[in-house]
Amino acid sequence: MSAIPSFTRRTFVGGLVIAMALPGCKQSPKSSGETKFFDPNAWLHIGTDNSITFFCDRAEMGQGVYTSLTMLVAEELGVSLERIKVEFAPPGDEFINNLIGGQITGGSSSVRDAWEKLRKAGATARTLLVSAAADEWGVDARSCKVADGVILSPQFKKRTFGEVAEAAAKLPVPKDVPLKPAANFTMIGKPQRRKDTPFKVDGSAIFGIDVKLPGMLYAALAQSPTLGGSVKTFNDDKARAMPGVVGVVLTSSGVAVAADSWWKARKARDALTIEWDAGPNGALTDAKISQMLRKGAAGPGRVARNDGDAAAAIKSAARVVRADYELPLLAHATLEPQNCTADVRADSADIYVPTQVPQIAQGAAATAAGLDPKQVKIHTTFLGGGFGRRLEVDFIPAAVEVSKALKKPVKLVWTREDDMTHDAYRPPAFDQATGAFDEKGNLIAWNLHLTGPSITARMFPSVTEKMVDPFAVEAAANYPYDVPNVHVDFQQQEIGINVGYWRSVSHALNCFVAESFMDELAVATKKNSYEFRKALLAKHPRFLKVLDLVVRESRFGYPQRGHFHGLAVMEGYGTYMAQVAEISLAAGEDAGKIKVHRIYCAADCGQQVNPDTVVAQIESSVIFGLSALMWGEINIQNGRVQQTNFDSYKVARMTDAPRIDSYVIDSGESPGGIGEPATALVAPAVCNAIYTATGRRIRSLPLSRHRLA
Amino acid sequence: MTKLNVNGNAVEVDVDPETPLLWVLRDALGLTGTKFGCGMALCGACTVHLEGEPVRSCQIPISAVGEKPVTTIEGLSKDRSHPVQKAWIEHDVPQCGYCQSGQIMSASALLEAKPRPSDADIDAAMAGNICRCGTYQRIRAAIRRAAEIKAGAA
Repeated sequence: MSAIPSFTRRTFVGGLVIAMALPGCKQSPKSSGETKFFDPNAWLHIGTDNSITFFCDRAEMGQGVYTSLTMLVAEELGVSLERIKVEFAPPGDEFINNLIGGQITGGSSSVRDAWEKLRKAGATARTLLVSAAADEWGVDARSCKVADGVILSPQFKKRTFGEVAEAAAKLPVPKDVPLKPAANFTMIGKPQRRKDTPFKVDGSAIFGIDVKLPGMLYAALAQSPTLGGSVKTFNDDKARAMPGVVGVVLTSSGVAVAADSWWKARKARDALTIEWDAGPNGALTDAKISQMLRKGAAGPGRVARNDGDAAAAIKSAARVVRADYELPLLAHATLEPQNCTADVRADSADIYVPTQVPQIAQGAAATAAGLDPKQVKIHTTFLGGGFGRRLEVDFIPAAVEVSKALKKPVKLVWTREDDMTHDAYRPPAFDQATGAFDEKGNLIAWNLHLTGPSITARMFPSVTEKMVDPFAVEAAANYPYDVPNVHVDFQQQEIGINVGYWRSVSHALNCFVAESFMDELAVATKKNSYEFRKALLAKHPRFLKVLDLVVRESRFGYPQRGHFHGLAVMEGYGTYMAQVAEISLAAGEDAGKIKVHRIYCAADCGQQVNPDTVVAQIESSVIFGLSALMWGEINIQNGRVQQTNFDSYKVARMTDAPRIDSYVIDSGESPGGIGEPATALVAPAVCNAIYTATGRRIRSLPLSRHRLA
Repeated sequence: MTKLNVNGNAVEVDVDPETPLLWVLRDALGLTGTKFGCGMALCGACTVHLEGEPVRSCQIPISAVGEKPVTTIEGLSKDRSHPVQKAWIEHDVPQCGYCQSGQIMSASALLEAKPRPSDADIDAAMAGNICRCGTYQRIRAAIRRAAEIKAGAA
C-alpha cells in the first residue's frame, strides 16, 4: 500500500458538508453554501473559508490521539493546533492501520502507524497550497514560506490557505514530498495542550451514551446470566404494560425493552420473566477453568521462541529452578458502559457508537440490519475508556435489531451489571517457568511454557491458523536477557467463554511471570536483582539506559526505613521500560496490608510526539495495572460472573493511587507505543518488593487473595 | 409535572417522581455532561451539587429533590472559567474524560467547604470518584492549583 492511499478520493466539492454530524463535541460544522473544499487526501479538508478539518482515523479513548495525530499533520502543514478542527473519520480502507491490518485503535500503534503517513498527508497538502500561491505570484515555490496557515512570498505577499485552496485542488498531487528533519520540528516533541480537554471539563464532549437523535427511543437489554446462554421463553406482559414502554424485541443478544426514557426501559426490562437456556457453560466454575488450564499445560504448545536447546541444557544443568504462576480472568470495566445508538431504515442505517473498530462495527451492524456494509454509516464518538473492551462489537447487533423492529432510532445502554457480567474477559493463565544454571551459577537456560485461551483464535482466526497467537506470547517471546538457551511456547486451552484483548494484552500476563521469575533466579543465586539483570542486558543499550535511570532515580535498594523496593523491566510496543515499586506493609490492625507508595518508571519510547501525553499514559497505565494487581479477578460460578459492580470488582481510587514519577528518555529512535506498556510492569515490580519485605513469593494474583501478615 | 431548579432555571418535567435525578438530567433535560457509570453511587460519575453539596444523582429520586437548587457541570460556569475547570485545563487532567464531570463537581464542592484542602481532605472528598484512566495524580495537583486560583493567586 502506498503511503497515502487516498488520492482517488481527492475531490473538490462545492458546498459539501461532510456527513459527520458528530464532531465529538456539540459544535456542528459550519454550513456554508459558498464554501468550497480542497481534500488533498483522506485526512484533510481545507475550505475556501480558511477552515481546516482533520479526520482523526483513530478512536480517542483517553490516550490522546485527538491531539497527537493532529500534531503530526499540523507540523508539516504549517499551522497551529488551534487552527485545526478535528472530526472522527468514518470507516475507510484509506484509514487502515498498517501495523494491524484494519482500521483499529489498539496495540499502542496509533502514533507508530501514523508517524510517516500523517506527516506526509500534511506535507502534501502544504506543498500543493504553496505551489498554488507560487504559481499565482510567478515565483519559485521553494522561495515561499508558511507561517500558521499563511503563505508568504519572498516579496512578503500573503495568501491564506483558504485563498488558494481552490487553485491547489487543480494541481497534480506530488508523489513524494520531503519531510522535515527532526531537528526542525516546532511542535512534535514539545508539550502541547490536549485539544479535547476543553470539551471534557464542561460536559460538552459527546460520548456514545450521550447521543440523541430526533424521535429516539431508549433501550435496555436482558442478557443471559450464564455466559453463552440463550432465551428459551419469555413473558413480557408486565413489561409492556409499564408506562413509556414502546416495544419489546427478542434480539440475538437477549430480550430488549424500548421506552421513551432509559430509566423506564430499564425498569420494564427488570419486569420481564425470562426462562434461560444456560447453554454449554452452565456448570463452569473457577475451579474447572483452573483444572482445564493445568490439564492443557501437560501438552506441548506452539513454539514462539527457540534459541539453542533449552530442554537439553535444563537436563544437564547443575541447578534447576521451577515455578508455576496462575492469573485470573479480568474485566475491562470502562467507566462508560457499553452502548450503541442505531437508526435503521429500509435501505440505510446510521450507527453512533464508541468503538475501537469502525470497520468491524460496520460489518456487525450491516449483518444485524440485513444491509450491505456500504449502506451503513458509522459515526464514532468519544470513548469513555477503551482498554480493548471496544475492540468487541457485541453491544451493536441488539441496538440495530431493536431499531429495525420498531422503525425508530434507538439508543441501547447496558447497565454496569450488564457490562461487568458480559465482558470478553482478559484470559486466565497457567504458566510454568524453568531456569537452569551451570556450576558457576551462570543462567544457561530459560523456559516458559504458557497455557491459556487464545483471543486471536476467536477474533482473527486466519492469524492463528498460521502461527502461534502473537498476542499470547508478548514479553516472553522477546525475553531480552542474554541466555544461550531460551524456549517459549504457548499451549492454547479454551475455557468455554470469550476472552478479549485487555490493555497491554499478554504483556501484563507474561511480564508478571517473566520478571517475577527473574527475581526468583536472582534470589536462587544470591544476586542483587539489579546486578543480575544488568549483567544479562549488557548488549542492550536501550534496556541498560532505562534500567540504570530508574535505579538511580529511585535509589533502588535503599528505600526509607520500613519501605521496600522491587524492580521490573520490559520491552513492549517498541518501548523500553523499567519500573521500581516502593511499598510498605501495615502492622497492627491492618497487618499485612500492602501500601504502594511510589512507582518510578523510566521509559525510552523513541521520538515523542506530545511528551505530556507520554507521561499521562505512563501514569494511567500504572493505575490500571495496580487495580488488576491489587483486586482484579472475575470469578465464575455455574457459568455466571460473580462480580457485578464496583463494590465487588474493586478498582483503584484516589486513596490507593501511589505517587508516580516518570523519566522519559529522548533516544531519537523511531516512536514506540506508550498507551499500554507501563501496565505490565506494576505487578512484578510490586511483587518483587513484597518478596524483599516478607520473603514471600507471590505467584498468583490478585494480592487481595493473599494474607501477607 | 415535577418542578425542579437546575442550573438556576426553573424547569418542569413530566416523569415518575421516583425517577433518579441522573436520568431526568440526561434524558428529559438533555444535560448529558452528568454521566451514568454504576447506578449504585459507587463511581461518582453522576456527581452534581444539590444545594451546594456533592451528591450522586443516580441515587436521588426527583421527589426528594423538589425545588432545591441543582447544579450540574453545565451550570458550573458558562465559559470554563470556574477555578477547578481552569486548573483542570492547566494540568490537562482528563484522558477519556468520562468521569471528569463528576470529579470536577466533587472537587468544586470540596473547595467551597475547604478552600485550602489538605491531602487527607482531598482523599476524603475524592475517594468516591473512580477514574479508570487513573488521572488521580493530576486531579490532586489540579485541586491544589484550583485552590490557588480561587484564592486569587492566579
